[in-house]
Amino acid sequence: MKSGFLTCILAAVSALRFATSVAAQSDNSGVEIRGQTVRVIPIAISGFPDEVRKILEFDLYVVGFDLASAKPQYQLSGTAQDEIRGTLADATSQQAIFSRAYPGGSTRAQAHALANDVVKSLLQLPGIAQTKIAFRNLPGQRNAKGETVSEVWASDYDGANGVALTADNSISFGPNWVPGQLRLFYTSFRAARPEIYLQDLRSGDRTRVISFPGTSSSPAVSPDGRRMAMVLSRSGSPDIWIANVDGTDLRQLTKTKELEASPCWSPDGRTLCFTSAESGRPSLYTLPASGGTMKRLNTGGVTQCTEPDWSPDGKQIAFTRAAGEFTIYVMPATGGSAEAIAPGEDPSWSPNSRTLVFTRRVGVERRLSLLDVPSRHVKDLSRISGSCSQPSWAR
Amino acid sequence: MKSLLSRAALFIVAVALVAGAAGCSKKPKNLTPLPAGQTRSSAPTGDVPLNGSGTSPGAGRLGGPDGSVGGTDLNANTGAGLVEFVGLNEGLDSRNKLENREMFALDTVYFDFDKSNVKSQYAANITKVADYLKSHPTDALLVEGHCDERGTPDYNLALGERRALAIREKLMAAGVSGDRVTTISYGKEKPAEFGTTEEAYAQNRRGVFVLLLPPSGLQ
Repeated sequence: MKSGFLTCILAAVSALRFATSVAAQSDNSGVEIRGQTVRVIPIAISGFPDEVRKILEFDLYVVGFDLASAKPQYQLSGTAQDEIRGTLADATSQQAIFSRAYPGGSTRAQAHALANDVVKSLLQLPGIAQTKIAFRNLPGQRNAKGETVSEVWASDYDGANGVALTADNSISFGPNWVPGQLRLFYTSFRAARPEIYLQDLRSGDRTRVISFPGTSSSPAVSPDGRRMAMVLSRSGSPDIWIANVDGTDLRQLTKTKELEASPCWSPDGRTLCFTSAESGRPSLYTLPASGGTMKRLNTGGVTQCTEPDWSPDGKQIAFTRAAGEFTIYVMPATGGSAEAIAPGEDPSWSPNSRTLVFTRRVGVERRLSLLDVPSRHVKDLSRISGSCSQPSWAR
Repeated sequence: MKSLLSRAALFIVAVALVAGAAGCSKKPKNLTPLPAGQTRSSAPTGDVPLNGSGTSPGAGRLGGPDGSVGGTDLNANTGAGLVEFVGLNEGLDSRNKLENREMFALDTVYFDFDKSNVKSQYAANITKVADYLKSHPTDALLVEGHCDERGTPDYNLALGERRALAIREKLMAAGVSGDRVTTISYGKEKPAEFGTTEEAYAQNRRGVFVLLLPPSGLQ
């Protein structure tokens, strides 16, 4: 029975290998990564002024396009006089796929709109070039209490148009967006203990929503924008709690001796995923958002698992393996195996469920980077001064 | 030619997978069971849920082997064995008190990497602080938990809190009421030492005692 089972597996594996190697030979836009074919589309960009071309290159690279191929499959060309005009064409037949003008707004916004159209046309995915991220920025100083100052910032997903949302000269960190809105939660020590705030980016108004003894942190808003998960220690241990986004209907979801941290939501709003040290080492668990039993996620033998984030299409969970050189892993949301993708930590999925924003350590500094999981393309966001970490992608 | 090869490959894969599926039964992964322990708790003063329908943490017993929480429909998980859950006192706010950091400045407790257990070498520190609190009944205490800079920020914040709570548990075991001790974690955001040496890291993995005095002359 056992040897029969092994034979089946070996047969399946070698058949798969054969199939993918055949596919790789026959599909010249494929790239071999660990025996699996990943579709990376080679494209050439021409005709635009440098500023516009750089934006287009960034936008397309971080969703897996290959900009350096000698044999591009597609050609994106255009001009930017009063407005950007762009034409996407098949490189071989020269046949135009679309030809559009982008009047209004800044040149940067027009370039992003063109890139989004290319992505929609060729990948059939939502464009992310006009999305926003929030993060924590350390200007590099300590306040009178000896605390390392950090403020919450927001910017375009590529790091442009960065703006400080807090100026408290305290420790403000861990932003998390309300889905579909220009509002976000974060934790701040501004009132001398970690409490959770909600801030409206349009008005600048903020409310303190969660205030308890101990340490209250890690707000995570549900996909429908009505509930929030968080970590509170008010009952004697850091546990996962849940409430309405106005702080009402507060409930305790875990009651463990050891710590919990980093809750995130499944896109259907039914399940929470988080880290717990209950087994002795940080591991990932899931738990029904309505309450119930926490279940350990099978991460295929990968240990020290923290900072999970669930992809918007529900299929994958990205997390940090916090050991040695910290590494971003991605696994199917049902568990069973996890694959190392790139050095880094604290991943947050974009709306397209393939690009992540994450933190890279550079000595004692932190930098934000984008990572396209299928192509492994990594690109730093380099426009903001100071150490940046804890990114949250607005979805 | 290309499509013939692809079809042949797909056929082989399909056959192999079907054979594999037929030959092996899939066993469910053994999920880590969490034993339903019994929890004792005191109802801390001032520990009021935010609204009437929320659970009141710390109040109520976990009854029965399935660990169901009485009075709510939550089946909250307990850790292994007997667990003390004594909630923090909502009526004790360190911000309304005078802080004295000098009194116990030399009694800082240090922790091992990724650990929150209070090592036996610090028993004397705990005793000293406990004795002081017992003989000064109007004073309270804030325990600050800290980490070295290596871990991830969320985890470090929670670990620092576990360290502060572990010290609080030791003080309670030494006879100090849990209502008089509150906690805060700074994670790695308030280091005592800078640098990336093991010595610096060790100095940062700490629990700090902050004596809280009633405000004098303040309204």
